[in-house]
Amino acid sequence: MSAPSTTPRSAVANSVWPRLEPLLPQIAKPIQYVGGELGAVVKDWDTAAVRWALMYPDAYEVGLPNQGVQILYEVLNEQPDVLAERTYAVWPDLERLMRTHQVPQFTIDAHRPVRDFDVFGISFATELGYTNLLTAIDLAGIPLLAADRSDADPVVVAGGHAAFNPEPIAAFVDAAVLGDGEEAVLEITTIVREWKAEGSPGGRDELLLRLARTESVYVPRFYDVDYLPDGRIQRVVPNRPDVPFRVHKRTTMDLDAWPYPKKPLVPLAETVHERYAVEIFRGCTRGCRFCQAGMITRPVRERSITTVGQMVREGLEFSGFHEVGLLSLSSADHSEIGDMCSGLAQQYEGTNVSLSLPSTRVDAFNIDLAQELARNGRRTGLTFAPEGGSERIRKVINKMVSKEDLIRTVVTAYTNGWRQVKLYFMCGLPTETDEDVLEIAAMAHEVIRAGRAATGSRDIRCTVSIGGFVPKPHTPFQWAAMARPEVIDNRLRLLKQAVNADRSLGRAIGFRYHDGEPSLIEGLLSRGDRRVSAVIRRVWENGGRFDGWSEHFSYQRWVEAAAEVLPDFGVDLDWYTTRERDELEVLPWDHLDSGLDKDWLWQDWQDALGEYEQDDCRWTPCFDCGVCPAMDTEIQIGPTGRKLLPLTPVNGLRVPSDAKQ
Amino acid sequence: MAYSQGFTPHPKISYASAAPTGVASEAEYLEIGLRESVDPAALRAALDAALSPGLDVLDAVVATGGSLVDRIEAAHWRIELPEVDPDVLRAAVAAFTAAGEVFVERMTKQGRRTFDARAAVIDINVIMSDETPSEAVAVPCAILELVVRQVTPAVRPDDVLSGLRVVADLEPPVSPRVTRLAQGMLTAQGAIADPLDAGRDGAVIGGR
Repeated sequence: MSAPSTTPRSAVANSVWPRLEPLLPQIAKPIQYVGGELGAVVKDWDTAAVRWALMYPDAYEVGLPNQGVQILYEVLNEQPDVLAERTYAVWPDLERLMRTHQVPQFTIDAHRPVRDFDVFGISFATELGYTNLLTAIDLAGIPLLAADRSDADPVVVAGGHAAFNPEPIAAFVDAAVLGDGEEAVLEITTIVREWKAEGSPGGRDELLLRLARTESVYVPRFYDVDYLPDGRIQRVVPNRPDVPFRVHKRTTMDLDAWPYPKKPLVPLAETVHERYAVEIFRGCTRGCRFCQAGMITRPVRERSITTVGQMVREGLEFSGFHEVGLLSLSSADHSEIGDMCSGLAQQYEGTNVSLSLPSTRVDAFNIDLAQELARNGRRTGLTFAPEGGSERIRKVINKMVSKEDLIRTVVTAYTNGWRQVKLYFMCGLPTETDEDVLEIAAMAHEVIRAGRAATGSRDIRCTVSIGGFVPKPHTPFQWAAMARPEVIDNRLRLLKQAVNADRSLGRAIGFRYHDGEPSLIEGLLSRGDRRVSAVIRRVWENGGRFDGWSEHFSYQRWVEAAAEVLPDFGVDLDWYTTRERDELEVLPWDHLDSGLDKDWLWQDWQDALGEYEQDDCRWTPCFDCGVCPAMDTEIQIGPTGRKLLPLTPVNGLRVPSDAKQ
Repeated sequence: MAYSQGFTPHPKISYASAAPTGVASEAEYLEIGLRESVDPAALRAALDAALSPGLDVLDAVVATGGSLVDRIEAAHWRIELPEVDPDVLRAAVAAFTAAGEVFVERMTKQGRRTFDARAAVIDINVIMSDETPSEAVAVPCAILELVVRQVTPAVRPDDVLSGLRVVADLEPPVSPRVTRLAQGMLTAQGAIADPLDAGRDGAVIGGR
C-alpha cells in the first residue's frame, strides 16, 4: 500500500487553535469553528502586506452563505500581497468558555486573533447584528469605543446595507463604506498598504484621514453632531478642514467584469442556504417605497446572460453544489430572463442540478419561468408579494398589482400543478388602517375559491406570510411614523379571525406572522442617531446577543435600556420610532449620499400620501431620483441577444494537477 | 456519485461506525456508490482535494461484495489522560479487567441506556510512551490503549472511561484526548486487519 502523506495543517505562528481545540468538545456544533471549507484560503501571514478579517455578525450557519462576504473574501485573496480571513459570531456557549480561558475572537481560516489584522470589516445586512459586533470587538480585545483604540488595533470598518446609516454604531466603528464593496476594499487596501510601507506616519489618525479623503469612506470621528433643544439634530459638520461635507456611496459598474464568487465556499456545517448563488443584476427601479435595497442600489446593472451561464458552469464545477439561485431584487425583470432560464434548464436537464428564482413578481410570466426551471422534475416554491392588502395601500407603497392580477396569477400556478403558493404582505405601513389589512383575508379567500373552481380540486393551499414594516433611511418612508406594536398585533389578530371566519376556506390558508415588537427595535436602530449607541451598549452589557433570533431577542431588555439612557438626551424610544418627521428636519444620515435627491424622496413621500404611483425608469422616462447624475452612473441592461449554448457534459473526477500522483 | 431514487435523491454514502464528535481518528472508513467506474487512485486524489486540511483520504479500493460494516469487528483506541498519574490509571484498569461486568449509562437517541462496557473490551493497557497521537504539548499524561469489539449498543472510549469511574472512581481533571488508531477485522492473534485488504487482493480495478 502506498499511503500518500497526510496534508499537514500548516503551522500558523499566531494561531489560537491549541487553546481553542480543548474547548470544542464542550460546546454545540463545534464543526462551525473549524474552518477548512472548500473555497477557504489560508495564506502566509508574514508575506502579506495588508491583512483583512471579514465578519458577518451572525452565526456560521447564517453568515457563511452571505454573498457579500464571500465576494470580498475572494476579491481580496486574489491580490498576491493581501490576506483575508473570515470570522463569525460565536454562540454564547463558546463565548463563555473563551472568556474563561482567555481565547480571543478568532478567524476560522487560520484561527488567528482578529486583533492582529490591519482591517476588521463587518458586513451588516440588518441592524439586529449590532450587539454581535460588540461581542466580537470585545472578545477580540479591541476597545469597544473607537476613540479608545491605539495603533495596535485594527481599523474597524462597517459595510452592507445597514451602513447607509451607521450613526447608531458610530461610537464603535472607525469607518463605514456605503454601497458596493468590490472596488472599495481594494481602494482601502491600497491606502493601508501605502501607509504601512511609509512606516505608518501619523498613526491611526493619519490612516483614517487618508481613508476619509477618498470621499467614499465615512469616518464618524471627523464629524460633529449638534442638537436642537427639542432633541432634533441641528447639523452634522466636519470637525477638521480636509474631510468632505458629504460621503458618497460606491457603485460597481459592469458586473461582467466582477464575476464573483467564482469559488463559492462550501460549508462544513449545515447552513441556511446550500447553493451557488449568482447575482443576475444589481439595483432595482421598481420603486417600492418601503424597499431600502431598491433605493440605495440604483441604477440597475445587469450581468449578461453569457456571464451568468459561465459563472453557473464554473461555480458548480468548483463547488459540487446541486442548487443554483439566480438572485437579484426582482429576478424576473432581467431583460433576458426567459432565455437565461430556458438555456440553463436545457443545459442541466437530466442532471441533479436544480435552479431557483426568488419569485416576487405577480404575473403569469413568473409562472412560465418557474415551469421552465422545474424541467428537472423539482418544483421550487412560488412566492408572490403583493405586500399590501388593499388596492389603496398598494398605491401608497407603489406596488402596482391589482387584485385581479394576483388571483389570475395564483390560479394559473394552481392549474399548472402547483398545490401551494406563498403570499407575502407587510403590516404597519404608513396610512394603514385595520380595513387595509383585513382585505388580505378577502384576497386569500378569493384565491382559494378561484383555485378550487379552476382545478376542481380541494387540494390547494396558500400561506399568508406577514412581516412588520420598518421605515428605513434613504427611502420615501424615512419620514414616516411607525405603528405601535399593540396596533400591529391587534391587526394581525383581527386578520386571523377574518381568515378563519369561513372555516372551509380558512383551512386551506396558512398564516405566518411576526409580532410587532422586534420591528419597533429594528426601527430604533435603522433610523437612530449617535445617541442610540448608548442603548446598544447597555443592551449588550445586559446580555443582549443574536437579536435576529427570536429565542435570543428580548424586547424588554431593549425597552428598559432605552428608558435608562435616552431621557438624558431628552428623547425616548417613541421619539425615534412612532414620531413622524417633517420636511426640514435634519436626518442623521443626511451627510451620507446614496445619490437619491432628498427633494425627490420628499416628493415621492407626498405622492405616497396622495396614493399616486411612480413608474419604473427602465421602461419609462427618467423621473429624476437623482442617482445617475449624482453618481455619474447609468442604467446597464440588455438584451445582448446572445443565447446559452448546450453544455458539453463534464465527466470524470476533478483532480487538481498538484494532487495527481 | 450515485444518487438514490425518489423526490429528493440522496447521495449513496454509508459510514461504518463513525467516530463520535470530539474524537480524533486515524482510521475512518466509508462506502460510496458511483455512477460509473473510475480509477480508485484518481478518486482518492479527487476526494482528498475536496476535503479540509487534516481530513485525508488515504486509500480507495473497489468493493468486492459484502458490506463494509461486516468487515469492521473491532477498533483500536488511544486515550490520553492529561494530569492523571499512570499508577492510579493502572490500578483502575486492573479493577476494570477483574470485573466480570461494568454497567455504565449514556444518553442515546433512544434515551438513557444502561449497558455493559466490560465484555466488548478485548484489550486494555496502560502504556508508557512519550508520543502523544494528538501532538498536544507535553503535560504529565497517562495513556490508555484499548481494543474494543464492535457491538450494539457501541461501546465507545467514553463508556470505558465511565467504567473506570464506576470501578475505581477515576475522574480525569481535564478532557481526555481520544484517538482511534485502527479499525477492522479481528485476526485470530487479536490484531486488527485493514478492512480494505479484501478489496485490494486481486481486485479488478474499474470492475464491479
